[in-house]
Amino acid sequence: MTNSKKELEEFRTEVSAWLGDNKPKEPGFLLPQSFMEVGTDQQLDFLREWQYKIWSAGYLGLAWPKEYGGGGVDPVFQTIADKEMRRLGVPICFNIIGLGWAGPLIKDIGTEAEKKKYLKGILTAEDIWCQGFSEPDYGSDLGNVQMRAVRDGDEYVINGTKIWTTMGNYAKYMILLARTNKTTERKYDGLSFFLAPMNVSGIEAKPIRKITGEYGFTETFFTDARIPADSIMGQEGQGWKIAMQTLQYERGAEAGHAGGLAFVRVQMDDLIGQLKSAYRNGKPLLDDPIVCDQLVSLIMEEKAISLGDKRTHIGPLTSDYPLSLPLSHKLRYTEYARRMRKLAVNLQGAAGALDVGDDSALEGGFWQKAYFQSFSATIGGGTSQVQANIVAEHVLGLPK
Amino acid sequence: MNKTSSNSLSLTEEQAMLLEASREFCRKKSTIEDVRRQLDTVLGYDLNVWNEMVDLGWLSIAIPEHLSGSGLGVNGLVPLIENMGRAMLGTPLVSTVLAAQLLIRADAGEYSERLLQKIVEGTPATIAFLENSDWGDTKIRCEIGSDLTIQGTKDFVDDTMAAQIFILPLIKNGELVLALVERQQLSDNAIFPHVLIDQTKRSARIDFSGIKIESSQIIENGRVEKSLSDVRIIGALLVAAEQAGSSAACLDLVVDYLNTRKQFGNLIGSYQALKHPTVDMLTMLDASRSFIYHAATIISDAPIQKDVRVACHMAKAQSTNTLTFTADRAVQFHGGMGFTYACDAQLYIRRAQWSQQQYGDAEYHRSALAGIFFDK
Repeated sequence: MTNSKKELEEFRTEVSAWLGDNKPKEPGFLLPQSFMEVGTDQQLDFLREWQYKIWSAGYLGLAWPKEYGGGGVDPVFQTIADKEMRRLGVPICFNIIGLGWAGPLIKDIGTEAEKKKYLKGILTAEDIWCQGFSEPDYGSDLGNVQMRAVRDGDEYVINGTKIWTTMGNYAKYMILLARTNKTTERKYDGLSFFLAPMNVSGIEAKPIRKITGEYGFTETFFTDARIPADSIMGQEGQGWKIAMQTLQYERGAEAGHAGGLAFVRVQMDDLIGQLKSAYRNGKPLLDDPIVCDQLVSLIMEEKAISLGDKRTHIGPLTSDYPLSLPLSHKLRYTEYARRMRKLAVNLQGAAGALDVGDDSALEGGFWQKAYFQSFSATIGGGTSQVQANIVAEHVLGLPK
Repeated sequence: MNKTSSNSLSLTEEQAMLLEASREFCRKKSTIEDVRRQLDTVLGYDLNVWNEMVDLGWLSIAIPEHLSGSGLGVNGLVPLIENMGRAMLGTPLVSTVLAAQLLIRADAGEYSERLLQKIVEGTPATIAFLENSDWGDTKIRCEIGSDLTIQGTKDFVDDTMAAQIFILPLIKNGELVLALVERQQLSDNAIFPHVLIDQTKRSARIDFSGIKIESSQIIENGRVEKSLSDVRIIGALLVAAEQAGSSAACLDLVVDYLNTRKQFGNLIGSYQALKHPTVDMLTMLDASRSFIYHAATIISDAPIQKDVRVACHMAKAQSTNTLTFTADRAVQFHGGMGFTYACDAQLYIRRAQWSQQQYGDAEYHRSALAGIFFDK
């Protein structure tokens, strides 16, 4: 499918105009900067309404098939819509585990019945999705997941505990990794993958208070929870393979993502703009050569990441290690983001010690909160240390 | 600041062809054994290989078509030089193409067009940028009098032993000019070769005092100062490309060793203390290549503007860090072997120490970036 430049430009103008007319006003409470920060009912209701509005206007799921609620057009349209959303600074689309991971998975390998049942609700935000992979004792070591799923007639009986369940207290469905067979030779072969309903008895989602003092995750307890047997995806024993495919979407493969903003992007420009009023040793902060050098290094990191996103599509310039840029993206981006926010707190002088809630905090304590929150990305979805192992083994070919 | 600056990165068909062809050429013509054979020769490179490079037209790549070059610009040179860095192939190519750039950009008339013709045919040339060891010091002190006699010493002149053409920034009546000195005008006694830490490279201190030149050998026009500053930043980009290539080769060396050497019953590559820094080498190399090809995408024959300058500063700052880190860890990770001259890690750590200084170290370039970004 080829689309004329004119057609794309017209679409951009249309999206831009719509967003301009429909961008919500500041709600009077702090809006989440990422989908992992939805901690209050107020925030949830607001974001749910916003996502529904975007979908209704036809700017979400543009590349998903029409029969499942999508737009059925070339992905380039979604890319344009996303760019405009970012440019105009509208709120995030919060149902990311559905839009970005579960949705593409179901779309790519789900049965017709699964596609019909789940995809549209993901787009409209009617069905909130969460993910049940990590367990209290098995975070990085996902292959060792212990949650039990035992077949009993038309049902599976689930027992065990999941942790770091984003929006676990709000979700209608969970993509769930559980052990159906304890006696397989390889631990991976005993795992199965479920599209599990959350509104059954025996499931308790207890909100976890985060380092920021807010909520957003739950610890999720399953006690003889019974889910329909047909909520298994694929066959018993295929769980690991399906989970790995899910992680590919999660770790940056854009393909299949329904679109929308997963998080508010903070750039070096934003930081530098806000530091213009800061002082050190009685002089403007940006007169200090050490500070300038720290900022320049981070500007370079930021730029290297965005240039890498371009280079990744140029075959001859990635021939040494073709998987390097895509597989290291999460590692590079989240570590850069963490260091940048850390420096932002460091550069504020005495005000750097203020937290959200203090009237004198720079930007209401935005950077303090952003720094703490940044660990959700360097730890979640595979810690940076595990990411480094993945890059070493799958890109460089180093031994396990 | 960032929002207004360019983010483009692409590869032309010509660049892709040069990338592939030069990689193959360097792999065949410059094996590590070949490199080691040249370490203690006077010239530091194999004339036959140089002549083949000349025959392939590498010296005319960045020379405009109206001066009988291929007109591919500096962006055509970047893939080539990256591959030379990968193969640790010396030769005066970088010095010579930079000298050509200076002649072109200063648009210097008949005499220099004749020199450009000689360069295309394979005559090595070099620019004598420095008078002391400070790349940040751009003040020229060497002079040329009204009788056209040169007074002063230039230092760290790259490829002195090979060069037949020397371009000297000089002061004439308080103005910056360029003098074109030919090798036969130089006495052997005026040349003091350096012992360089990178044994694949050559440079010398040269006392030009007393050399009298013709007025046709002087370039004096309004373009000299800007051209000279532009060619310095292009030099930084080309050395960055060479560093990226050397870093890639050094990373291969490390990965290979980590996959073969066993200690405590395991391949040492299975230990995270070695594994994770090796991933750092890779991500630093990725940043280097992105900056280099970004710069190569936006550079042109036109006078250099801010965006290109920023891209080149970033390329050199990053590639210097990439290679100095990669080579340093390569020595360490080879253990006892790494401490020997026989281990190839020494070639890369030596290249790192030499190249980090060329056209300014990482701190120099970051401080230039700070000046651009924060209006200093």
